[in-house]
Amino acid sequence: MAVADVTVELAPSFSYWQMVWTRFRKHKLAMFGGAVIIFMILACYAGYPLYVYFTGNDYVSQDLTGRYALPSAQHWFGTDDLGRDVVARILYGGRVSIAVGFISAVASVVIGSLIGVVSAFFGGWIDEALMRFTDVMMSLPYIPLYLVLAMAFGPGFWTLVGIFVAFGWMGDARLVRGVVLSLKNMEFVEAAKAVGASNWRIMVRHLLLNSMAPIIVSTTLAMGGNIVGEAALSYLGLGIQPPLPSWGNILQTAAEYIFAPGNGPWLIFYPGFFLFITVLSFNFMGDGLRDALDPRLKI
Amino acid sequence: MEDIKQNQDTVFIKVNNLVKYFPIIRGIIGRHVGDVKAVDGVSFEIPKGKTLGLVGESGSGKTTVGRTILRLMEPTRGEVWFEGKNVFKMKPHELRVLRRDMQIIFQDPFGSLNPRFPVGDIIGEPLLVHGIGTRKEREERVKELMEIVGLRPEYLRRYPHEFSGGQRQRIGIARALAMNPKFIVADEPVSALDVSIQSQIINLLIELQGRFNLTYLFIAHDLAVVKHMSDRVAVMYLGKLMETANNEDLFGNPLHPYTQALLSAVPVPDPDVKKQRIILQGDIPSPINPPKGCVFHTRCRYRFEPCDKEIPEPVDVGNNHIVWCHLIARQI
Repeated sequence: MAVADVTVELAPSFSYWQMVWTRFRKHKLAMFGGAVIIFMILACYAGYPLYVYFTGNDYVSQDLTGRYALPSAQHWFGTDDLGRDVVARILYGGRVSIAVGFISAVASVVIGSLIGVVSAFFGGWIDEALMRFTDVMMSLPYIPLYLVLAMAFGPGFWTLVGIFVAFGWMGDARLVRGVVLSLKNMEFVEAAKAVGASNWRIMVRHLLLNSMAPIIVSTTLAMGGNIVGEAALSYLGLGIQPPLPSWGNILQTAAEYIFAPGNGPWLIFYPGFFLFITVLSFNFMGDGLRDALDPRLKI
Repeated sequence: MEDIKQNQDTVFIKVNNLVKYFPIIRGIIGRHVGDVKAVDGVSFEIPKGKTLGLVGESGSGKTTVGRTILRLMEPTRGEVWFEGKNVFKMKPHELRVLRRDMQIIFQDPFGSLNPRFPVGDIIGEPLLVHGIGTRKEREERVKELMEIVGLRPEYLRRYPHEFSGGQRQRIGIARALAMNPKFIVADEPVSALDVSIQSQIINLLIELQGRFNLTYLFIAHDLAVVKHMSDRVAVMYLGKLMETANNEDLFGNPLHPYTQALLSAVPVPDPDVKKQRIILQGDIPSPINPPKGCVFHTRCRYRFEPCDKEIPEPVDVGNNHIVWCHLIARQI
């Protein structure tokens, strides 16, 4: 049957993802970051209902006689200015903060990648138009714009996500365009064309699939960035609105009452600590992923 | 020129006066300041089941000829007839159908395979794209193709980086064969490989040609390989044909001074044979501003007065041996 006379043995196979995992595991800080992120997600989504079940504290119940309580067996982190349990609020607020970070990072990377790949693949006036639009979006002063838009649409979860996506995709678009420009002249793209693959297939299966390394890294870093962004807007009172907690508005409330009589200055510590460690973990993980996915990559 | 006009429909592949210029754009207003004349009026035909070897040094436009025939690049002018149909007039959906019949094997076995696809997906991509068979049937076909080109079907799920250069080239060949094409452009398929592997791939290509009645446009700069593979040979220089002839005529009786120089550079594996090498002076001129008249005159040993003014007409010296040279034209 075979025309050729030689067949060859190959060494045992290591898939791409196996190699990525081997390299990632060597990056201690990234492993730490990944562990912290997994712990946070578990604590917020699975831990919260357990905490409610075992201690009976949820994130809205107020106890105005027990304000600023010190940590105790009943309230592990104490209570806030309205006598609400801080652990419950931190855990539930973590859900909100992480969800904002995750959804907006993923949505902006999808939009940014599509714009980037279309721009690079077609080139010419399409590229020119899309990239100038990207430049315009990038040159907008975003903090004042965030404030105006948050006011205009009414602050809330989806407004926040919408704003982060609307002003978060440009970096991804430029990144993907750059990678695709260098990929699109490779012969495997021409081979796909010669085979009769559609433009869409070439863009998604050949160009984007090969740009995954920088895309994943950039998304991870964007998650951390968006969590901070949520905190910033909530701190200014234009993010997540109470009574729904988020790490940003817990921090804001805590800071507001820091010098109030009979207050609890330690209350700013909890949201600050969780924000800090989560965002740091995302950055460590992004760093490790960059080294693991493609050792030559520079972002 | 007579042979170019007749039997438009009967010849399998026919290329008429193919021209490909790459425009040079300068400045922010996109001023058109010139053209890279990569291919400048090339005509040839290939009968079914035969191989045309296209030779020339780097930058002579031979790769561009292959890509334009397949419409991987849009031509500037000219016609390509494939089984009586004008390839350059085809609409996108007709072109998709044509892609089943015309395929390409690439030079670089590392760049031509998507590094994130398992080998089975690479070879099966044409089948998937054209919606052939079920997943199971496609996998069977992929395994069959792997066997045909001498790869173990068990390696279906391996990735390209796990294979050597020669094996990767086999993967590329299997992909080209997937849709049972009639015509294959082989764009320097062996020049990136070790010499020991080259012969394996060449023999594979020859055997496949016999088995599937394939027609090849074999692009190469290695004359020994072309001599081994081709029924007919075309020599290109700076976007134009210099000489085309049947294999024995071109290698036995090269007429164009450029062909003679190329052939004199081929090493002979016999230390007793003393060969006179013709060393070409200078470099290949820029295709942006090619020499007037005969493009080869700046490096030609025999140039005389019409060479730098008039473009030579093709001369048939018999047995369809065509030369574009004033000297030969005068001798006849």
